[in-house]
Amino acid sequence: MMNFFIERFLGGKQGAVAIALLALLILVIFPLALDLFRLNLVGKYLTFAFAAVGLVLLWGYGGILSLGQGVFFGLGGYAMAMFLKLEASDPQSTAIQTTPGIPDFMDWNRLYELPWFWVPFESFAFTLLAILVLPALFAYIIGVAMFKRRVGGVYFAIITQVIAVILTVLIVGQQGFTGGINGITDLRTLNGWDIRTDSAKYILYFINALLLLAVIMISRFVLTSKLGRLLLAMKDKEDRVRFSGYDVSNFKIFIFCLSAVISAIGGAMFTLQVGFMSPSLLGVVPSIEMVIFAAVGGRMSLIGVVYGTLLINFGKTGFSETFPELWLFFMGGLFIAVVMFFPNGLAGIYNKYVSKLAFLQRYLPAIKLPKSKADTQSNASSSASTSDNAAEGAKS
Amino acid sequence: MGDFTFQELTSIFAMQGFVGISLFSVLLLMALGLAIIFGQMGVINMAHGEFMALGAYTTYMLSMFTRTHYPELMPYYFFFAIIASFLVAGLVGYLTEFALIRHLYKRPLDTLLATWGLSLIMQQSFRTFFGSREVSPTLPDWLMGSWMPTDTIFIPINGMFILGLTTVVTFAVYYLMYRSSWGLNVRATTQNRVMSGAVGINTKQVDRLTFALGCGIAGIAGAAFTTIASTGPTSGSLYIVDTFMVVVFGGAASLFGTIASAFTIAQAQSILEFFISSSMAKVLTLLTLIIILMIRPEGLFASKVRK
Repeated sequence: MMNFFIERFLGGKQGAVAIALLALLILVIFPLALDLFRLNLVGKYLTFAFAAVGLVLLWGYGGILSLGQGVFFGLGGYAMAMFLKLEASDPQSTAIQTTPGIPDFMDWNRLYELPWFWVPFESFAFTLLAILVLPALFAYIIGVAMFKRRVGGVYFAIITQVIAVILTVLIVGQQGFTGGINGITDLRTLNGWDIRTDSAKYILYFINALLLLAVIMISRFVLTSKLGRLLLAMKDKEDRVRFSGYDVSNFKIFIFCLSAVISAIGGAMFTLQVGFMSPSLLGVVPSIEMVIFAAVGGRMSLIGVVYGTLLINFGKTGFSETFPELWLFFMGGLFIAVVMFFPNGLAGIYNKYVSKLAFLQRYLPAIKLPKSKADTQSNASSSASTSDNAAEGAKS
Repeated sequence: MGDFTFQELTSIFAMQGFVGISLFSVLLLMALGLAIIFGQMGVINMAHGEFMALGAYTTYMLSMFTRTHYPELMPYYFFFAIIASFLVAGLVGYLTEFALIRHLYKRPLDTLLATWGLSLIMQQSFRTFFGSREVSPTLPDWLMGSWMPTDTIFIPINGMFILGLTTVVTFAVYYLMYRSSWGLNVRATTQNRVMSGAVGINTKQVDRLTFALGCGIAGIAGAAFTTIASTGPTSGSLYIVDTFMVVVFGGAASLFGTIASAFTIAQAQSILEFFISSSMAKVLTLLTLIIILMIRPEGLFASKVRK
């Protein structure tokens, strides 16, 4: 039983060490070393890491690049924000409005009753369900429409990007229903528990970090299953998998839905920790930034992307505090460099250089993976027994 | 719509239609460049909007230069600006292909990411050199004003000018791609790179020039863009998603499809804009496109190739 857990959820011994190190960092070192303001920032970054983990499943293993992960992040975030907003707009605190008891922005936009799709979000149970089910449902519809018609690759990327545009324009345009460009702000309590206090921030940070670790383990479980191997096979030679009798589109739909749900959990945690949700978090730019986090961390590494997310966001905050104009140059340059020279990101660099130093690969059983033409970095696949290093991101 | 008389409605349709034609012209110019790069080479150039902005800034610089040094040439500078925009954007495109794109031909999704990085760098360069405020070149007098065929219809001259420009460029692209020997090389390389190389086509040079041509046309789009709107560092990125939609909707490798889809998208958006808010017009247009693409994933006019 224990062995099964280690192999399937943690990814073997080395995977277990990596997860333990990550857990140590985000559960012990950060809370001890950082003040609450910085810790809250880290918590915010970690919510983006959910989206990046989702992209490892979808893009790293599935080979499906979605430029619309922000959409699902936003769906989760908005679902949570709607619940919190309704709780914050009780008739007492909104007594000065023309219609007490509805969110303030609706009152400003001359709405006199709660729109029908807001009503169910008065229930916390429904909200939690919605955070998980809405993105999955939405991803399912998109997935069925795209993958059943064998739309993939570049077209899928562009269409998901357009969906991100549509959702942003819709939310900004329908100010009365959605809060418009400002988003849903001024959130206060969760079932009566004030989320703005210091203790609440600590608790939310830990919930977020634990959820992230759980999501990573579940993702690892998916990837070490037969499905994970099929995903890799599909990425390299989709036709062969299809000819072997598998329905490729169903696997793609499943992994797309899963990555959507993972992003949405991140979005909901974002709302809880940062205290607002706005269209600026789900448009084209944030969606691509999520891809950047995954690319820099290593698109094949569930753990690497968390470090990638943290690194980029620390960099962003640091740079934009000191040299705001340099940040975009740096970000653009970093992105080009990662794509051109380190297609497997931080995790790839680690596997290639750091683990080589430890001479580990000699003593650990290596998995021989089928190599594609562009796969020249032969060392990378030998060091770990996880499939983190498989198939050097090469899509030929 | 009950408040309008029939004649007013006709005028609205004519004028909104013409607003649509200006949008159509810029979209088509952008999309032509992108269709060459994406349709022929399979490279996703996310920095395409920035190449358009580069053309627009070139036009702006040339207008400033002409105004301070040769004020008497002001009526004519715009033609030189179009050529200069083409050359500057084309040159930068050429260098980009050399430095970046040629390493990534086997990884189409990665070109998307690398060119996104490039677009960030270009945007920030525009911001550093030209400031974050939007700029507009001084347009020659003959581009201003409007033409009134009836009392209620105003048609702006700049719109007609860029329509003419677009027509010329479209025919030039058609000639170049389908009637010249160079175009034959390009199409041969697209269909079978190895075989083209074997019969003596310098495929690497073909790639480089094709990419440069696509970027150069984006530069022309930028010059045309300055006549209808002012240019800021992020102007280009506003159009990139629409442009991709045009190319995908039209069927990536089809010139006629690109024209038809640019026309449909631009017209649908600008006519809808009059009756519902512009954001809803955009949402409706894009949503319709996605639904059509789900039914016909290969776009409107896909070339019939067995895969």
